Amino acid sequence: MTDQKNKPGVSRRGFIKTSGGIAAAAAMPAFFVRNAWAEESFINNPGNAKTVKLGFNVPQTGAYADEGADELRAYKLAVKHINGEGKDNGLLETMQPLSLKGNGILGKKVEYVTGDTQTKSDAARASAKRMIEKDGVVMFSGGSSSGVAIAQQSLAQDMGVVFMCGLTHSNDTTGKDKRRYGFRHFFNAYMSGAAMGPVLKERMGADRRAYHLTADYTWGWTQEESIKSTTEALGWETVEAVRTPLGAGDFSQYITPVLNSGADVLILNHYGKDMINSLTQAVQFGLRDKQVNGKTFEIVVPLYSRLMAQGAGENIAGILGSTNWNWSLQDAASRAFVKSFGAEYGFPPSQAAHTCYVQTLLYANACEMAGTFAPWEVIKSLEGFEFDGMGNGPTLYRADDHQCFKNILVVEGNANPSSQFDLLKVVQEVPREQVTYEPDNPMFAGGDLGPYKV
Amino acid sequence: MDSIFLQILNGLDKGAAYALIALGLTLVFGTLGVVNFAHGALFMLGAFCAVSLQSILTISKKVRDESITFFEAYKETPYLELWWGDTGTMIIDWAVPLSILMAIPLMLLIGLIMERGLIRHFYSRPHADQILVTFGLAIVLQELIKYYFGANPIPTPPPDIVAGSAAVGAWLGLGDNVVYPWWRLIYFLFSMLIIAAVFAFLHLTTFGMVVRAGMHDRETVGLLGINVEKRFTIVFGIAAVVAGLAGVMYAPILPPDYHMGMDFLVLSFVVVVVGGMGSLGGAVAAGFLLGILQSVASMNEVKSLLPGIDQIIIYLVAVVILLVRPRGLMGRKGVAED
Repeated sequence: MTDQKNKPGVSRRGFIKTSGGIAAAAAMPAFFVRNAWAEESFINNPGNAKTVKLGFNVPQTGAYADEGADELRAYKLAVKHINGEGKDNGLLETMQPLSLKGNGILGKKVEYVTGDTQTKSDAARASAKRMIEKDGVVMFSGGSSSGVAIAQQSLAQDMGVVFMCGLTHSNDTTGKDKRRYGFRHFFNAYMSGAAMGPVLKERMGADRRAYHLTADYTWGWTQEESIKSTTEALGWETVEAVRTPLGAGDFSQYITPVLNSGADVLILNHYGKDMINSLTQAVQFGLRDKQVNGKTFEIVVPLYSRLMAQGAGENIAGILGSTNWNWSLQDAASRAFVKSFGAEYGFPPSQAAHTCYVQTLLYANACEMAGTFAPWEVIKSLEGFEFDGMGNGPTLYRADDHQCFKNILVVEGNANPSSQFDLLKVVQEVPREQVTYEPDNPMFAGGDLGPYKV
Repeated sequence: MDSIFLQILNGLDKGAAYALIALGLTLVFGTLGVVNFAHGALFMLGAFCAVSLQSILTISKKVRDESITFFEAYKETPYLELWWGDTGTMIIDWAVPLSILMAIPLMLLIGLIMERGLIRHFYSRPHADQILVTFGLAIVLQELIKYYFGANPIPTPPPDIVAGSAAVGAWLGLGDNVVYPWWRLIYFLFSMLIIAAVFAFLHLTTFGMVVRAGMHDRETVGLLGINVEKRFTIVFGIAAVVAGLAGVMYAPILPPDYHMGMDFLVLSFVVVVVGGMGSLGGAVAAGFLLGILQSVASMNEVKSLLPGIDQIIIYLVAVVILLVRPRGLMGRKGVAED
């Protein structure tokens, strides 16, 4: 008989044990390396390339071209700072917590491509698709219209590439149209209402009759709803809410009914050129000189921007509104950003430029935190991320809806500007708690973020 | 009642702008046979005459705001105010009316250069070619303006004395709430004056008589030894001046931006088509008709019955009129029918 135990060679059990051990040992480092499993296939994975590409899709033509140009300046500055090539480090000096090292993202130098949205959803989608399919971007960003942002966010979800929203103020962007691949740093219409409510009450009282003129698209509708909700809670009556076509030009036919309506406040839910035109014309119709119900007639522009204020000229003096950020803020981060932008371009940044710059840094930082460009891991890093030192105080990127919660500003048109840029005066820096709402707030009802992996 | 009255005033005001633009458009079509898609750009250039003069008059002494350290910010005081005090302030205040003096020769020159330099080469080409080249020209002009002035609208206020509203209701025994901006009333009267001047020029002068004869039968007028071409070139220049003046005076109502011409172009073509291609009276009548209908359709009472009617009324009327009167309200047989 042959003793099998003493036989040289490998038994089946021994083979299984050995190979299992080797496999476990080979895989061991991976168990302890964060997100080791993330490096499965994803679109535009830069792999071993020395560079990584971002896409900046802004309005370069059309009514928002000036705002788009300012956004583009901010993106270029952000790329310089991320690559460590700027005159200074901008908000990399103030951002907390910070994972960026000033050597690109995950050691890869950042490059960028630009596109023109023309402030049209179809053009924006076509441009973004080109960036993703032809240029191979790992993230794209841009703004100036909620309709356009929502369209791009939806494309981002379909294609599995993160979209960092620029200027978009509709509740729907992080409400019924929210997407897992879309993130918004900018504030929204609800927040405008929540911030302005107490100031409106203090300045105009609790017994007012409001007339709304509203741009007839997603942003206008949600802003009207938000401001109505706020003012009605104050005790104001809403006399009428009239929808006006986008780009109407002459608003006289919508303004004249206000004269006989019994209203003593006109709320202009208009932005950009529409706001400039409707405000200019409302002032020409003598609304600001009118006395109604024993009170001085007032005009309110819930969403302001410095570029719009420039277009409206002296008509904005004393008119209340809200903004996401203003260059005149004196906190260390705002000063660092204004200094950096001013040194680069010779004038202060707009709120659109600020939000675009911050969004780029936040994405880059999230990649560093995740240790990968895999979008689902970057998304997880951004979700619930608490940060500070970006100009709006302590800020939360809420996981439930991808909306940033932070301090925002109530402003008014400056009657006595000290310079050509001193157009908006900060009335109040409204704390984050005042503008925070629950994720299931009815104004944001419906919609679903969707899956991490697409 | 008050509301309807105000909407009619709005309609007259809008109609005045439509009529002025359409008048030049149809004049060029009636004489030169050219479908000029650059006509809206001429309106825009007129508005930028006002912007330019305002910029020139407000060239300022800049005093650095020392509290701003990160970039250069200035408090600006116009030299005119520094040199001439209140007189300087008044001149700046009257920038828009004064720019009429600048716009007339400038727009005439632009019109003549456009016609001689480009458009005359397309007289014998199909309308599609004319549309393409004039549309391309419009884009070039607006991009030039955007390059120099930016994309943002530029505030161009009227003189202070007419910046507010007139108590029209008190004048007519209507309610106190019936007020209307002085500048819009002035715009309406100004447009009436321009329209009357154009008609007088065409009907009361020998030059105008030749032009009208040329519009009817160019060949016969030519056989009589009259240089119709030269006169038509001048007509193109006059059309440019009319569009330019319409733009200058519209600047306080609609802060000018590079795209404002395009915004008016489509509407003006609808006005010309509804009025009848080549018909001057038709253009004016259709301008006012569509302006008034658009304003009345925007009333809340009308919109509650027919939602969205304010946005389609002009095109609806155009469809109905073209179905009932294919040549437009005052279109002549044989015009634009080849």
